[in-house]
Amino acid sequence: MKARIKKIIDKYHSNKGFLVPILLDVQREYNYLNREALNLVSAFLEVPISQLYELGTFYKAFSLEPRGRHEMKLCTGTACHVRRVPLMKDNIERVLQIQAGETTPDLEFTFETVNCLGACALGPILVVDGEYHGNISISKTNKILKKLGKKVKIDEEN
Amino acid sequence: MKKIKSPEELEQFRSEIQAGRNPKTPCIAICAGTGCLALGSDKIIDAFKEEISKQGLDTDVATIRETGCPGFCEQGPIVVIYPEEICYLRVAEKDVPEIISKTVINKEVIERLAYKDPTSNKRIIKNFDIPFYKKQKRYIIGNNINIDPRSIEDYIATDGYSALSKVLFNMSQENVIEEVTKANLRGRGGGGFPTGLKWKATRKAKGKPKYLICNANEGDPGAFNDRAVLEGTPHSVLEGMVIGSYGIGCHEGYIYVQNEYPLAVENITIAIEKARELGLLGKDIMGSGFDFDVVIVRGGGAFVCGEETALISSIEGRSGEPRARYVFPAERGLYNKPTNINNVETWANIPLIINKGAEWYRSIGTENSKGTKIFALVGKINNTGLVEIPMGITLREIVYDIGGGIPKGRKFKAVQVGGPSGGCIPESHLDLPVDFDALSEVGLMIGGMIVMDDLTCMVDVALYFIKFLEEESCGKCTPCREGVHQMRLILERITEGNGKKEDLETIECMGKAIIDGSLCGLGGTAPNPVLTTLRYFRDEYEAHIKEKRCPAGVCKALTT
Repeated sequence: MKARIKKIIDKYHSNKGFLVPILLDVQREYNYLNREALNLVSAFLEVPISQLYELGTFYKAFSLEPRGRHEMKLCTGTACHVRRVPLMKDNIERVLQIQAGETTPDLEFTFETVNCLGACALGPILVVDGEYHGNISISKTNKILKKLGKKVKIDEEN
Repeated sequence: MKKIKSPEELEQFRSEIQAGRNPKTPCIAICAGTGCLALGSDKIIDAFKEEISKQGLDTDVATIRETGCPGFCEQGPIVVIYPEEICYLRVAEKDVPEIISKTVINKEVIERLAYKDPTSNKRIIKNFDIPFYKKQKRYIIGNNINIDPRSIEDYIATDGYSALSKVLFNMSQENVIEEVTKANLRGRGGGGFPTGLKWKATRKAKGKPKYLICNANEGDPGAFNDRAVLEGTPHSVLEGMVIGSYGIGCHEGYIYVQNEYPLAVENITIAIEKARELGLLGKDIMGSGFDFDVVIVRGGGAFVCGEETALISSIEGRSGEPRARYVFPAERGLYNKPTNINNVETWANIPLIINKGAEWYRSIGTENSKGTKIFALVGKINNTGLVEIPMGITLREIVYDIGGGIPKGRKFKAVQVGGPSGGCIPESHLDLPVDFDALSEVGLMIGGMIVMDDLTCMVDVALYFIKFLEEESCGKCTPCREGVHQMRLILERITEGNGKKEDLETIECMGKAIIDGSLCGLGGTAPNPVLTTLRYFRDEYEAHIKEKRCPAGVCKALTT
């Protein structure tokens, strides 16, 4: 782990000004900001660990908890909102039995909402593992969840 | 690649590129912006490549260009065939072989893929004959469909970096600032502060080094204009920044872009590398002896980081909390040094002003708002997309002539302009011109445009924005942290049917206090969505409170 963290930090010439991008890269490498990795960043850059936690909790992009195998991001931007995205949100929360921002206990799904993906023509949008699904409806989200191995009850399909 | 060492070498390089290109060679331009990619344009690009190699076509028969966003997102994926400029919309993979054999080789138009005018039912073949484009003036993003944003050659072939060459070799630093001041360019991020004055202040400020920042933290929901500029024409942003750095006299620049825009990050990264290779960025730019370089800083997804001082905190590796602005960043900004921050679109305007001159630039727009403005036009509108209009045209023209009105024949109710910092206005104000001052008078900011129909509940919209702002408030100052939170509780109560008679007055009073008492622009504009909806749609609030009824049928507690 030491070598991998070192490599990330070297990419930014050990510049403390790049703490946010460094942590973004660390998170990409380890799926979340784990304590061990943060300790190493703190030691390498001589930054107090509290400052890293400050960043880790302030910015939306960071997660201090392990994230699921499948990442679902639902756009709740204004354009999607007026196209009734809250209904899709309720549905996904019901099927996965978690709230937005949480991960299922089996670490299969992380479901979160994002402010705007800037592809408003396609709203409402659901991004699953980086793939965009536009003009989604409740039945479309259920199809996607099914494909990813989630059991969806028949009565929820309509 | 060989470095360019003089203006003559740049011109020579330009003519070499142009000579190597036959304008008559068919070129298939496919939008590879985020919008069209989400609609599967990557698969269409692959299909074209495959088909071309399958048919064994030479590059003088057909070339492919992956371009930035041409704006008509509603009808994507968009494919334009040059030199005839035949525009095909909603192209699918299965259409590809037909497009190649019919249109590219035999110059036949495939009617079914062309735009169908909804009123006359006629097919419109050429790109810019489509009504969506008619009233637009696309000086900044007009080239998006003509160039591959990853190719510096494409940008140079369309006159790119000629403004930089002019500035470095024919203009003094003062001249540059004077020209931008004379053009009366105002900050496109929403604030509308005159760019020339900002530059002048940073130039005059004591302290070294000085920094330059491009603010690409477009966190407001419903806006993607900055992203489209950064994705589609990254070199014009870069060229603008180098020109600005020369005028101000600084040598280090940052582009702060949010991590949610991966394609924008990728394209601007490539642009920086290519510009460096050619000697248009870095040490001794074009042999002029002037140095300037740029690094990209990715943000962590915080709306407040669009505020200048919060953005600076974030680049310094701290959480994005703003500070009081009794000292402007121009005096003490990044690392306490003089810092000039401008928005993406503002930077992209600079090469245009230098190339065409301040006089020309002043001829577009209204008395105090010059040039064009790019808007993301979204919501309940037929032609969702990206529009660039001359300042001064009315909101009605944007909604109806460009946007094509409201889908399914529904009734227009409101347009929200400026995201969480802006407000909503009703039909009666639609004849307002797009102008910084005219819009701010009715409580709007220049920014994204979200159209709403009669199925939208205005109290719900206000609550939506307040929830957003409550979440995005950094929590540093009390009026914003607590005030917005209380506002949310009251609005929630109203939408649940538990509103009290005095709630509306409380909200109004609180709104004023939050505006006056907040530290930064986020809090200072936070009540706008509530106050404007309250001003123009008071009856709807009252229906929620007095009659326990949601006229639009949105608020769940009041409809079931």
